[in-house]
Amino acid sequence: MTLIQPFIEFGFMRRALVACVALAISATPLGVFLSLRRMSLVGDALSHAVLPGAAIGYLVSGLSLVAMGIGGLIAGLAVALLSGAVSRYTHLKEDASFSGFYLGSLALGVTLVSLRGSSVDLLHVLFGSLLAVDNAAIVLVGGIAAFTLLLLAVIFRPLVIDAFDPDFLRAQGKWSAPVVHGLFLMLVVLNLVAGFQVLGTLMSVGLMMLPATSARFWSRHLACMLGIAMLLAVVSALIGLMLSWHFSLPAGPAVVLSAAVLFLISVLTGPCGGLLRRR
Amino acid sequence: MIHFKGLQAGYHGRAVTPVVNGALMKGSMTALVGANGTGKSTLLKTIAGLLPPISGCCELQMPRKALGWLPQRSELETRFPLTAYELVAMGCWPRCGWFGGINRTLRREIDAALDAVHMREFADAQPSTLSGGQLQRVLFARLMLQRSQLWLLDEPFNGIDTQTVTLLMSILEQQQQAGTTLLVVLHDRPLVTRYFRDVLSLDVAGAADTPPLRRVAS
Repeated sequence: MTLIQPFIEFGFMRRALVACVALAISATPLGVFLSLRRMSLVGDALSHAVLPGAAIGYLVSGLSLVAMGIGGLIAGLAVALLSGAVSRYTHLKEDASFSGFYLGSLALGVTLVSLRGSSVDLLHVLFGSLLAVDNAAIVLVGGIAAFTLLLLAVIFRPLVIDAFDPDFLRAQGKWSAPVVHGLFLMLVVLNLVAGFQVLGTLMSVGLMMLPATSARFWSRHLACMLGIAMLLAVVSALIGLMLSWHFSLPAGPAVVLSAAVLFLISVLTGPCGGLLRRR
Repeated sequence: MIHFKGLQAGYHGRAVTPVVNGALMKGSMTALVGANGTGKSTLLKTIAGLLPPISGCCELQMPRKALGWLPQRSELETRFPLTAYELVAMGCWPRCGWFGGINRTLRREIDAALDAVHMREFADAQPSTLSGGQLQRVLFARLMLQRSQLWLLDEPFNGIDTQTVTLLMSILEQQQQAGTTLLVVLHDRPLVTRYFRDVLSLDVAGAADTPPLRRVAS
């Protein structure tokens, strides 16, 4: 009972939990697809790419969620598009062009924030402020989560086909494959924007990728994998928030750290290829 | 079915293949041969629309949706969690698209295709657990479901057991009799001389061809 006491007693803990659960449900399926397509690092890169846009939003209108969110969305999409174009028209692979753009973005973002703000603001942007989530942020995160799940359902079939056999859709028609890929990357950016309101740019990828990679040790079937990943993410949110309350740890990192511990447990004991289950 | 008009295929603006002219007739079965580096796969990809042509063009007399493409194994993400049944069901894409349901008729067709390649008992197996030959059979079943008028096959018999080659060749012959046009990239000369009447060779004129090879390309 004492474990869940803070959620009953304090509004900000409840709001943090709701935001984390919404994020866990919408971001992890995207993480599963990223990891299955060997694009795990693209999530990382895009999360950094969000930063300069958010910083410009911050410079224009202070710590306003909407301005920073829109800025982050534009910057993230721009980097995704630019990297896609560079890898398409040059000999650079997608991971290389992504890393080129995101390193620049990160530096630009940090520079922009420190132009005006204090280091406290910078910390807020980088690591979020989970315990200061207000109702507006919840509406934003919840809206993005609902939209993500709906759109994911719409593109699910071509997304699976494209992940397994990228040339199949491209041979069938000019538009399906790039449309699906573009929508998917847009969802990733959107969720990173939602995540950075809550967990910060650096931590939001953690909740997206860690449960997703963990789930691969628990099932060999896509549907189960998606479900397990969501469950693991929700559990790590819950554990992380409780830890942060009882041991006064920073909330965002505590959530991601819980996800990391679950990841380690999965790597060791997961029934599908876990290290200790091998003979 | 396919008209080549001075087509040259290649990567990043650099031509790899010689200039190809001529046509493939509807219902023909053609082997695409040539030494390593003559751009067989590149030409096939260009015909499939996966690569832009360097110069010239090729005209397909059918909608793009009716094109069947068999990729090389290395192009597939074989560790993706998918069953052989679901892989074959992808062949419903031209008929179902993004949202169409896979009804009982289609399911029966999927079962029949799996039967035709003797893979019914592996319906629940995942691609990562299948051997090269087994995976190729499943991919053939997917092609059958697509009901394509044109099959473009990129080295379908590379590293595959003879039993499977015989089975898949018989499927190709059935398809041809049903009116499908086939273009197959092949390395194996004995296989070419045994099964293929038409040969599209990318070797530059003057290269040593064995007599039965008939040139379609210049």
